[in-house]
Amino acid sequence: MSKRIALLGMPNTGKSTLFNRLTGASARVGNWPGVTVDLLSAKILIGGDMVEVVDLPGIYDLHGYSDDEKVVRHFLERQALDLLVVPLNALQLDRQLVLPLQLAQLGLPVLVLVNMMDEAKTLGIRIDTQALAAGLGLPVVAISAKYGLGQAEMQAALKSALQISQGMAAGAATPDAIDASPDAIAARKRLQEDDSLEDKAAALSRSAVDVPMQLPERFSDKLDRVLMHNVFGLPLFFLAMFCVFAGVFWLGTPLQDAMKWLFDLFNAHVLTPVLAGAPELLRGFVVDGLYGGLSTVAAFVPVIVLFFFFMAVVEDSGYLSRAAYLMDALMVRLGLDGRSFVMLLMGFGCNVPAIMGTRVMRSRALRLLSMLVIPFSLCSARLQVFLFIIGALFAPTQAPWVLLSLYLLSFATAFLTALIFRGQKHFRSEEPFVIELPPYRLPTLRQVWMRGWLEVSHFLRRASKIIVSGVVLVWLLTHLPSGVEAASAASYAGMIGHWMQPLLGPLGIDEKLTIALIFGFVAKEVVIGALAVIYSLEGDALAHHIAGSLTLIQAYSFMLFCLIYTPCLSTIATIRSESRSVGFAVLAVAWPLALAWGASFVFYQVASRLLGG
Amino acid sequence: MTTRLTTLKPGNSAAITAIHAAEALHHRLNALGLRVGKQIQVMRQASFHGPLHVRVGSTDIIIRRSDAACIELRAA
Ligand SMILES: Nc1nc2c(ncn2[C@@H]2O[C@H](COP(=O)(O)OP(=O)(O)O)[C@@H](O)[C@H]2O)c(=O)[nH]1
Repeated sequence: MSKRIALLGMPNTGKSTLFNRLTGASARVGNWPGVTVDLLSAKILIGGDMVEVVDLPGIYDLHGYSDDEKVVRHFLERQALDLLVVPLNALQLDRQLVLPLQLAQLGLPVLVLVNMMDEAKTLGIRIDTQALAAGLGLPVVAISAKYGLGQAEMQAALKSALQISQGMAAGAATPDAIDASPDAIAARKRLQEDDSLEDKAAALSRSAVDVPMQLPERFSDKLDRVLMHNVFGLPLFFLAMFCVFAGVFWLGTPLQDAMKWLFDLFNAHVLTPVLAGAPELLRGFVVDGLYGGLSTVAAFVPVIVLFFFFMAVVEDSGYLSRAAYLMDALMVRLGLDGRSFVMLLMGFGCNVPAIMGTRVMRSRALRLLSMLVIPFSLCSARLQVFLFIIGALFAPTQAPWVLLSLYLLSFATAFLTALIFRGQKHFRSEEPFVIELPPYRLPTLRQVWMRGWLEVSHFLRRASKIIVSGVVLVWLLTHLPSGVEAASAASYAGMIGHWMQPLLGPLGIDEKLTIALIFGFVAKEVVIGALAVIYSLEGDALAHHIAGSLTLIQAYSFMLFCLIYTPCLSTIATIRSESRSVGFAVLAVAWPLALAWGASFVFYQVASRLLGG
Repeated sequence: MTTRLTTLKPGNSAAITAIHAAEALHHRLNALGLRVGKQIQVMRQASFHGPLHVRVGSTDIIIRRSDAACIELRAA
């Protein structure tokens, strides 16, 4: 039978990094307490045995109440394990020894890894692992998961710990006391038990950890004086975010052109000649439908890759916790907290992980309100739609400002939504806001690469099926019933567009754009592909055509609608599963739709009156 | 004489004498190292009545003022 080990530890002790180190696969690495929400697992060889490694969410102790702590408890209640691997932050041993002591008391097989030894060395902190091991009664190895220090010792320790382990049955780590019974006497008792463990932990850390009398001032402290500054902090933060988005834009554009060029080359020299003899309908379907749609979408992959590389750096740097600090004063007035703001920002990559990230919040009300506002984040899929349309219609000097205005509107709609809904009984929360502030860290290239690669491959895997089926569906709707002129009024798509006109006409959104919007409901990745099929043009030709057939006001109104209405089916599905409420999911679709319609309507009517467009 | 964490000036530190919080918050504070007897230092306060940045031992924590109000300190 194959063996199983689980990584268990406080948030931000380097569990994800360790998991990557152990398995070579890539889990999500984030310098944000509790970001690891999925249970990642991988099979590796330890001492000739196949061993499954599971990465559990970060928890503060076995008695907690957050969703993450419940996930961990459920896992431990149901799964038999051979070994618990507990990474600790070497710099915080004074408070991290309680968890391994709890586990040791239960007599479980545990291997303790004192992680971040590189940082401890820099600060001159010396740790006597033998004294620790003796005090805990558990094997202890010092490592740096990030830089690979102590790898060999860790492997050896894993091997011998697995050899002597008798295994632990499901539920062994969660005896009755831990089922978090809410009654006050049990609660008091737990706190008292923890207090006695705490004394033991404190004594142990005093005897095994040697901290210099005067810690050298950390680089982090100096940086914080600037980046968390009461006046400069926020402007600097927005500047940094602007640089990220601008960097993605400027670096991405040439790459995008290169991608387009490659696809055109393939089309001209391979696809078209090969299909020269095929029947007209098939050729149209493959070249104009499938390939045209796909190549237009593929041109945006470099931008998405870049975006995730940048976000990996920002996320791992620890800056997001500072953002939470800076923004909390504002967010609390909206009924949210600093973390909601950070999730909102994560949503700029993709709404789906951002919505899952709200699990770190304990109060359901706060989670729901956060989940309601996150879909307004201008995600990378919407970004590609906007990049295309802005590139086609606006002068290069205007382009960044148009894009910036959309980002600002994205915040504005999110904040407005929070303001409107925060008073409702379902969204009012008394969740405390207490989070850890990690030091600044520079991710290694390996971390950035793995993270970026992971996100992109996830994105492509998740999106490619939807994109292909979306593009095919659009082609069919625009070319059937057979014999009609593509996307003309007689096609199915034309009929739907026509039927929706009374609703969308007043927004300046014509029949063809309506069809694109309908497909955008499935996924924004499909919108440009759909336009390519609808106009049976692609790349530059499509851009030219759109520039010729739309006014700037119409284009902006279209983008507004795209920005605000439902992000995509995957987001809706995630909201539904995370909130466990169909009613809430319906609200999360209906409200943005109404808001999108209202905003585009007002914008289009006012702007075309004023500017005579 | 006791005072509240919210009244401690940035740069100053004091010992925690009591934590008056509901159990869940109490637990979370303990896990983060905020315990009776520990020395706590206020690093800075965010503007617009925003949260506090405090340090206990080697751990830096952000805590909202309304939550910080439950922490009682020995006045210097
Ligand atoms: N200096 C240093 N940083 C580390 C080490 N291990 C992890 N980190 C960093 O600590 C932060 C939190 O790590 P992560 O793996 O996300 O922790 P998790 O929350 O426990 O999963 C990230 O910024 C990592 O890059 C280490 O050994 N040394």
